[in-house]
Amino acid sequence: MATIKADEIKLAPQNNGNDKVNGLRVPSAPSTHIIKPTFVRDSHAMDFPWKIKWNAETCIRCGSCVATCTFGAIKPQLQRKGQALSTGHLPSPIEATEVIMAIKQVNDPKYYCRGCEMCEKVCPTDSIKPVPNEQHRFPLVARHGGSPIKRGGRGHHIPIRVLDYIKVGRISQMTDPSLDAARHTFDLLTPLGRGLPADELPFKVENGKLVPGGSIPPMRWIYPVIIGDMSVGALSWRMWEALALAVAYLNEECKMPVRMSSGEGGMPSRLLKSEFLKYFIIQIASGHFGWNRIIKAMPEMVTDPAAILIKIGQGAKPGDGGLLPAEKVASHIQAIRGVPKADLMSPPNHQGLYSIEESVQKMFLSMNAAFKFRVPVAIKVAASSTSVAVFNNLVRDPYQIVGGYFLDGIQGGTGAAHEVSMDHTGHPILSKLRDCYLAAVDQGKQGQIPLFVGGGFGDTGDLAADAFKAICLGANGVFSAKIWLQLAGCVGNEKGRCNACNTGYCPVGICTQDHRLVARLDVDAVAQNIVDYFLALDQELKKLMAPIGNSTLPIGRSDALVSMSKSAAERLQIAYAC
Amino acid sequence: MCRMAAIKSKTPVPPALALRMMLAMQKGHDNSGFAMVMQDLGGAFAEFKKFPLLSMACTSQGLERAEELLEELGFSPKFDYQPDVVNKPGLDFRRMPHYIFRNYRYPEPLNAAYPNQPTPEQKKLLVETRLKLREVLSHDKQGFVYSFWPDVLTLKEVGDPRDIGTYFQMWDDNHWLKARVISAQCRQNTNYRIVRYAAHPFFLEGYTLMGNGENTFYQKNKEFQQRLHPAYIGFESDTQCFLYTLHYIREELGWPLPYYKHVITPLTFEEMQRRSDADVLMRVRQSLMHLEINGPNTVVFVLPDGAMGVIADAKKLRPYVIGKDGDLVVSASEVCGVNMIIPDRNTEADIYPGERETVLIDNALEVQRWQQ
Ligand code: SF4
Ligand code: SF4
Repeated sequence: MATIKADEIKLAPQNNGNDKVNGLRVPSAPSTHIIKPTFVRDSHAMDFPWKIKWNAETCIRCGSCVATCTFGAIKPQLQRKGQALSTGHLPSPIEATEVIMAIKQVNDPKYYCRGCEMCEKVCPTDSIKPVPNEQHRFPLVARHGGSPIKRGGRGHHIPIRVLDYIKVGRISQMTDPSLDAARHTFDLLTPLGRGLPADELPFKVENGKLVPGGSIPPMRWIYPVIIGDMSVGALSWRMWEALALAVAYLNEECKMPVRMSSGEGGMPSRLLKSEFLKYFIIQIASGHFGWNRIIKAMPEMVTDPAAILIKIGQGAKPGDGGLLPAEKVASHIQAIRGVPKADLMSPPNHQGLYSIEESVQKMFLSMNAAFKFRVPVAIKVAASSTSVAVFNNLVRDPYQIVGGYFLDGIQGGTGAAHEVSMDHTGHPILSKLRDCYLAAVDQGKQGQIPLFVGGGFGDTGDLAADAFKAICLGANGVFSAKIWLQLAGCVGNEKGRCNACNTGYCPVGICTQDHRLVARLDVDAVAQNIVDYFLALDQELKKLMAPIGNSTLPIGRSDALVSMSKSAAERLQIAYAC
Repeated sequence: MCRMAAIKSKTPVPPALALRMMLAMQKGHDNSGFAMVMQDLGGAFAEFKKFPLLSMACTSQGLERAEELLEELGFSPKFDYQPDVVNKPGLDFRRMPHYIFRNYRYPEPLNAAYPNQPTPEQKKLLVETRLKLREVLSHDKQGFVYSFWPDVLTLKEVGDPRDIGTYFQMWDDNHWLKARVISAQCRQNTNYRIVRYAAHPFFLEGYTLMGNGENTFYQKNKEFQQRLHPAYIGFESDTQCFLYTLHYIREELGWPLPYYKHVITPLTFEEMQRRSDADVLMRVRQSLMHLEINGPNTVVFVLPDGAMGVIADAKKLRPYVIGKDGDLVVSASEVCGVNMIIPDRNTEADIYPGERETVLIDNALEVQRWQQ
């Protein structure tokens, strides 16, 4: 069969090219008018999860969208536009063409549209927007070159959200009075730090009073919602600063002892040496990033941090180490972490730890000793089928030095990970929270190692309700991260929008180190948003506690909950209701 | 709401007082029962105060099994009182075939001494024996054992308190049974499937306790207590948890009484932080967080030495009033209950325990009150 080459396809000439209608040049007969054949292997916008809809009629060609798109997913392109023109009394149409500027979606998977909607946001005439493309083939075109797909943000393959099936169903009606959320006093604090069984408290009775009579593991009473670990590096310095500002304000002005985890990436020296350090939980992970600076700052610390959090794993990508792509390792990040510009990969394991028992001795003791046993040392692990075994081991540790168990579920977020890890590894959090709590109950050790859970709490925007349900199931509190980014303007979501946190091109300046993008973030406004959210959350928590008649946190009060899913009820050991 | 009546008197008084108080406080239909613990006994048991007194209701088979067990353990009967009953037709209550109120001698070698308060070994044996009896009787529902302790008698019945009183002739002011300390409680209306073990007052190792209200942290209390002590069992009622906590604080931890209030209704953090003992209180709160009650409750208790205490919940959501007249301190969940017995007292001296208060009435009827 004869093959036709592209340049053989020609259109017949129609005029000589000098005709003008209304000042528009009627194009010359395109004697070499070439139609390129489409090669099926070429990628196309139809392969991508988002397609750009652009309206040529209303677009005023200001270029804002192209300038705003950080992913290079759209480009201006000259386009010849054909039209029929007729000028006389009687219709005598002739074909005319015009060269116009068009906005085109880039067809290269490297520059695929993330659906971040920034173009839509900046367009003054509502002429452009991304629309989801359900029929896309992105997983098939994105592995070109043999590299696995990487992404940031959150996982996508979560079929149901069990928290939404759970309701607060035990309402005080006549048998006991509901409280008044606005007028009663509520005590919303939770302990962080090892609790001792009452008969082991080092107290003596003197003159009818208990008086301290020995050493005791450090403990703090804190707000039950912790700002989860996000590092300077994964976050832009301004985003991290906004979080830190909000935390300081909540503590100093609103008297809410909210604590924030530093993430694995160190902290600014000035903060390390300030009074505000007490509001921060310093994280140490397998890469030990930032610890050079932390250790050097120790002699100059004027107060102790809230806690130390040893990160073993992360719910969004369990079994995988941290990942900070070189694009995000700007000079200030190099300084804080003490590293050169390179991909920064924390190993999946703490090197040198080979068993729970030994890690308790080595890691916990050294961290405890570093701060002279004045600071609670907690551990963060990814939820897994093995969570209870680890928990039991820590609960029984004879040194009583594990000050908290942070369990991170599959719905957590991450700055950067392999997509296969994010979407397919991990364990939902609720059942593991419940298992750990009930394991403590079985041993009569509930509360001795406070349980904090994370991973998807606040995903729908209602963090108070999610936190409350987790608390009733046995959590001392929750840690949450993505929601604060969302309050800062993050456009990412669970349905695949954006999630480009790994690229360094975060369109809203949250997780990028590029000055031009970071400038998009208004630190004060973000801090205020976060403070406002916490204040509202505080009211909402009370609104949930009041109807069940409780003025202190109902930790483990699972009888307050009902589940509208039978299987969830059975698994979590709460009542089924329909 | 449960209605409670507690009497502490210098001279032994009959249970009719408690019954009358109950009827004064009754609202609406009522047939869910009457329960009462009498301590520091007069009447028939006055001479046997130091001998463990078994209070039990059972079937014939249950009685046989219980007697076998006690014999096996070496207990021997000292004094047995068979109450005369009035078995009129139409009495509305669930009768048991046998009511046992019997004093026993300790087995050897614990029978060497009969001190005012049982020795630690005697205490241990009595608690263990009651638990064993309970287990034996629970097979095939052969009966209930409420207390096995010197100078303590318990009756728990399900039905109309009026009829229960008639059956045991308790309306009689010259009843065979009298006591200086009586704690009594009736439930009303809400619970038709009530079991006898769910009726307070509860008794454990010298401690008696009843409460009116709802323990909203019942599940937390229960999950925590069930691992603390072998006698912390049953949990048929959320009020049992208050007794176990009191017992735990005093007997197991040996902490002074004021810490009971600190555990069940801790101060707010704001209040704690202002105190010099904040460190201790915060640790107590952390370690015993699961023993907080956090609901509407007034708790009335009797300590092993006979002192009677009252504690309200931290929001004072349940009423309670204590009145005193001469040799009698009478307290009840409603003032009409107190008025029934001592109408002519100086009501201005009545005590309505506050949300941070503990009230303690000793054997001389001196009233101590302190703020948490
Ligand atoms: S939606 Fe975002 S990624 Fe897509 S074209 Fe618009 S700005 Fe670029
Ligand atoms: S907006 Fe920024 S932080 Fe949010 S998903 Fe996109 S890249 Fe990540």
